[in-house]
Amino acid sequence: MTTADATTTRGTTLPMSEGGTAGRLGRALRTPGGAVFVLVAVLLVCVIAANPNFGEPGSLVRFIGRTAPIAIAAMGQYFVIVSGEFDLSMGSVVTMQVVLAGNFIGQDESRILPVMLLMFALGALVGVVNGLATTLLKVPSFIVTLGTMLALSGLVLYLTGGAATGNPVDSFRQIGRGGIQDVPILDVIPYPAIILLVLAIAAFWLMRRPFGRTLVAVGDNPQAVHLSGSATWWLKTRAFILSSLAATVAGIILVGYAGVHPSVGQGYEFTAITAVVVGGVVLGGGRGWVLSAAAGAFALELLFTLLNFVGVASTWRDTVQGVIIIVAVAIGARAWQGGRRRRSAEPITPGAEPRQTGTTPTTPPDPGTT
Amino acid sequence: MNALARLRPTRLTSTGIVYLVLVLVLVLGAVITAAAGRNFFSSGNISAILTGTSILGFIAIGQTLVILAGSLDLSVPYVASLASLLGGVTMAGQTGNIPLAVVTALGVAALIGLVNGLVVAYLHVHGFIASLGMGLILAGYLGTNYKGSAGSAPRDFRLIGALNIGPVPLSTLIMLGCAVLVILLLRRTRIGHHLYAVGGSKDVARLSGVRTQPPIVLAHVLCSVLAGMAGLLLLARLSVGSPTIGTQGGYDLMSIAAVVLGGTVLAGGKGNILGTLGGVAIFAVMDNIMGVMQLNAFLQDVVRGLVIVLAVAVYARRNADLRPARFDRSRAARHTPAPTTAGGAA
Repeated sequence: MTTADATTTRGTTLPMSEGGTAGRLGRALRTPGGAVFVLVAVLLVCVIAANPNFGEPGSLVRFIGRTAPIAIAAMGQYFVIVSGEFDLSMGSVVTMQVVLAGNFIGQDESRILPVMLLMFALGALVGVVNGLATTLLKVPSFIVTLGTMLALSGLVLYLTGGAATGNPVDSFRQIGRGGIQDVPILDVIPYPAIILLVLAIAAFWLMRRPFGRTLVAVGDNPQAVHLSGSATWWLKTRAFILSSLAATVAGIILVGYAGVHPSVGQGYEFTAITAVVVGGVVLGGGRGWVLSAAAGAFALELLFTLLNFVGVASTWRDTVQGVIIIVAVAIGARAWQGGRRRRSAEPITPGAEPRQTGTTPTTPPDPGTT
Repeated sequence: MNALARLRPTRLTSTGIVYLVLVLVLVLGAVITAAAGRNFFSSGNISAILTGTSILGFIAIGQTLVILAGSLDLSVPYVASLASLLGGVTMAGQTGNIPLAVVTALGVAALIGLVNGLVVAYLHVHGFIASLGMGLILAGYLGTNYKGSAGSAPRDFRLIGALNIGPVPLSTLIMLGCAVLVILLLRRTRIGHHLYAVGGSKDVARLSGVRTQPPIVLAHVLCSVLAGMAGLLLLARLSVGSPTIGTQGGYDLMSIAAVVLGGTVLAGGKGNILGTLGGVAIFAVMDNIMGVMQLNAFLQDVVRGLVIVLAVAVYARRNADLRPARFDRSRAARHTPAPTTAGGAA
């Protein structure tokens, strides 16, 4: 359906460079990836209206710190989703890292660094396995990551006997719950907030690199990317590695918050996917911005905070989350469709380029090759 | 290379492979069980295996329809829980209430499926998200209104879960009956053929004059109704409805795994019910073997995860090789399982 329109967008000037900065910003905010920032702003105003204390800089920064793990996980999941795949193993990776930290670090501070290296190595290994099984064995990523999810969580539960074990030394848990003390105005800057900021900048930079741009392209049309000489298997494998590493970081932060328990991280994959989708990233790949995914996580958390303040029973939380994601995606589907003549208005302008210059975005069997 | 590709189609179909794997698993089971000093083919053990197939079977048949139509249904465990609760509460231990309870439970399930289908077909929301959202909505409802198990099934209803005809449990027969009906729907009716067409390529189906929405809606409705039947069967087995019974079984992901294990392409448009039944049977036999070996419950998950990935890897390689090279669809299909499903959402 978008085939015909894709050809008409070829013009003398690129639409994305039309208009001033304000005009481009306005157009960007009308795409699902931009609208999520408006949603965050609106929700923030609502939460502050419901509870004025929340608006104080100190509590805002603490909120950012609390949301950091899920935002980081969402950014990791973004890499996989934008390349056209799923990562359902994320929750199990979080659980695995939490349990690893609990069992191996213990009360010995000198072990923090080696064990963290081990955690990152194992996280990367899970990503490599996911990526290679998806790309080289040609198993749908949904099934691969479902398999790793079952295998990892089964293994962790087997090794721990399903109960909480060990408790890492406090200085390690400080990564999750500590912060820089005695800062003027803010009082305390939580370490998770700083980690989130650094990772967000890194992800932003990465998505502007050739890797990021090709990754978006591979989600949109893997055949075109393959024909233009990119190693799609290595691109997607790197996306899976990033996702698992993000889950590892989220796990390290969660140890500080939640302590060690095999149930930490359960359902994290679906929360992360929800956040990514609320951030306007299209399942199936090729569209969306990494910072929108992080903003999607904030929108979700703000919504839960709002429900909390308004006094809705916590059992309804799931229902609201369900309604929100359906509505968000329904509106998103409409907006992407309605805006397809100005598709360049979406925030990832450079990454969007390969899509505009030709091939059919929706159907992989390219009619041109028959 | 080319000659090889031309030779391949004469070989086994993917359903053939599924049943070959099933036979292998059965042989393996017989050997392992014999090593443990028991008879694998005793009527008690066969009955146990068949009982193990029935609940996942119901859900996997529905899931096959949805996946064939190019969608997904993650809300099935919650539908099953809700159906078991509604059935149990409506029956309240009275035999006279059984028809009303069954109609209520399946009616509500059908309604949920209808909403799923309408959201997927008309609002262009990816089935993954629509059903994930619906699952969360139901989870919230169940968590708020039911603190624990509720209702009770009368003895007559419990018989459905307990009765055996020879070594074959009645529940398995009902499940196989449903499978036959669904196979007839897919092979003999117009909407069944349209279902394959829409799942294969929504755009091509539309351009060929097929209305793309009705098959998707029908698939979702049937899937939810079958999940509701699974819930009623769980009620018959446990005699109480439970708000967590569906999620405990992990039926959403396990049914998808069984469908894909049965050779159905996750992106839609290719596959059949027979394969799915084979996939479900493989799981049931595997569970039985691991039970005989007294494997740790958590390690069983590890084995399941590995088997799912490895088995699907075998089909995926094969499917990729089987396609005629001229169209070069293999490469697209290999690399983009998800985008094809997302065709509807974009």
